[in-house]
Amino acid sequence: MFKFFLVKLAQLVPTFIGVTIVAFAFIRLLPGDPILLMAGERGISAERYAQLESQMGFDRSLVVQYLDFLKGLLHGDLGNSLVTHAPVMDEFMSRFPATLELSLFALAFAVIIGLPAGVLAAVKRGKTLDHTIMGVSLTGYSMPIFWWGLLLIMLFSSTLGWTPVSGRISYMYFIEPVTGFMTIDSLIAGDWGAFLSSLHYLILPSIVLGTIPLAVIARQTRSSMLEVLGEDYVRTARAKGLSNFRVIMVHTLRNALISVVTVIGLQVGLLLAGAILTETIFSWPGIGKWMIDAISRRDYPSVQGGLVLIAFIVMIVNLLVDLAYGVINPRIRH
Amino acid sequence: MSTISTPAAPGTFRYQLASFWSDFSASRGALVGLIFIVFILLVALFAPWVAPHDPAMQDRSALLVPPVWHAEGSWSYLLGTDAVGRDILSRLIYGARYSLSISAMVVVISMGVGIFLGLLAGYFRGWVETVITRVMDVVLAFPSLLLALGLVAILSPGLTSAMIAIALVQLPYFVRLTRAAVIGEKNREYVIASRLSGAGHLRLMFNTLLPNCMAPLIVQATLSFSTAILDIAALGFLGMGVQPPTPEWGAMLANAREFMGSAYWAVTFPGLIILLTVLMINLMGDGLRDALDPKMKRS
Repeated sequence: MFKFFLVKLAQLVPTFIGVTIVAFAFIRLLPGDPILLMAGERGISAERYAQLESQMGFDRSLVVQYLDFLKGLLHGDLGNSLVTHAPVMDEFMSRFPATLELSLFALAFAVIIGLPAGVLAAVKRGKTLDHTIMGVSLTGYSMPIFWWGLLLIMLFSSTLGWTPVSGRISYMYFIEPVTGFMTIDSLIAGDWGAFLSSLHYLILPSIVLGTIPLAVIARQTRSSMLEVLGEDYVRTARAKGLSNFRVIMVHTLRNALISVVTVIGLQVGLLLAGAILTETIFSWPGIGKWMIDAISRRDYPSVQGGLVLIAFIVMIVNLLVDLAYGVINPRIRH
Repeated sequence: MSTISTPAAPGTFRYQLASFWSDFSASRGALVGLIFIVFILLVALFAPWVAPHDPAMQDRSALLVPPVWHAEGSWSYLLGTDAVGRDILSRLIYGARYSLSISAMVVVISMGVGIFLGLLAGYFRGWVETVITRVMDVVLAFPSLLLALGLVAILSPGLTSAMIAIALVQLPYFVRLTRAAVIGEKNREYVIASRLSGAGHLRLMFNTLLPNCMAPLIVQATLSFSTAILDIAALGFLGMGVQPPTPEWGAMLANAREFMGSAYWAVTFPGLIILLTVLMINLMGDGLRDALDPKMKRS
């Protein structure tokens, strides 16, 4: 197992380096000179330009600049935002918990509904229920989630007035950030009203972000359930006279879960991509909205830093998924 | 289909086609999908004749007119008008041209380049394979929409950059599939026979191997077509794709957003047509997979 882990880690190194090269190249591929970009519309004098150029190290060779960038990266230094002048790392870290909280709720929503739906569809294969569940999940899978979000806002917020439209918590509450998770922070503060408010604000965004993962999980659960249901050991279990419920839950589902867990893990990249759209619609103050704002304000260091950090997160999660898969399914290790 | 009227001999291309068609048309969903796609393609192709209005024409006397089934609706604007008095139905019809043609280009580019790189990687193995797969891993490390956004920021927002960005994001899937299929086929007898009879690298790659690796690639092409429609619309929605006043579906949604409370139709219909198109392509893709995947095939 340890060797498996080392191999996986070693395979990650080139990708890691590749990601840093892409991020390094990002600023240099932009149309226009970064210093002129930073100077903005006021322009810049030739002396100041030369001074900034040597100060920022743009007069050195690309290799030296890249190594310098790597060194900064290893120290958690991603440069400063052009807009707020705060370190990109701090900006990112202050917003990441919001995205993580939303993603976890969305994933929970997707698993809690998608898993039973998939099992049900597999058990009722070919029946109306199966067709209905699969039809609904194919629709969910095809959903333009930015439109889905707008529809739900129109229905539940504008027409029915049930849910709030934007933000993380009602403006009536101020919660001191400790973990950055609004739900946990409000519990730490002991404010029950604030906790309920933060849950209230999470409902619609979680549904919107969770829709596509839900569909993927339901489809995957159904197909791996069907695969396992055809195995000899399931037939044996039935022949032993075990109840249908026990055969499904213990003998089939447990084995079917191996591939489902992998698929759930692989949703993380999808969730982060979906978070960009969901956060834009609901004005959720996470990294998705931050990246969109950074791109539209041409705050390139923030875009660069965000790209690197998000890619790192996705890679690490994928590594963990690989490892988890190795733990659950020993056949894969070799 | 007239091709099925006379039974063809097993093993011939015509037999394969007939057997594929009978598998494909066995799924009602796949047929519905196919019919819808053909319908929307025709509508897009004949947009100037089908659309009741010019998509850019602004009728100042008819701002935010509701659809025809409302009391205030008008037969002239079946699905209502937007905030500057443009006919929504006509804009959707013209929008189909953009969504479908850009997505088709995305699939052509990423499938073409992906097949080429995948063939190289699977055929030559060694360092060629290592370099290609590692580069694809890097592309996959970024969430697709984010990478597309970053690329569009570099290339400046617009139709072409959106197309290139989304094609690049789709590329790894084609490379991986082609590579895996080539590795699976490479040591089969027919390939060895072809090599022994003196076929060169190019002939082996493109004439011998590629046709036998196409099944999963065709399925992936439909998947990537529907993903491309969604991504183009998402970029348009975020203001990074096709620029207004071009009637692109995602951009129409973005424009309609501020009138969400007063004019639901301006928001509902562009999204509905995106959903329907993507859903129908996916239905067709599921049918294709069932018909082409030998594992699923009834023996």
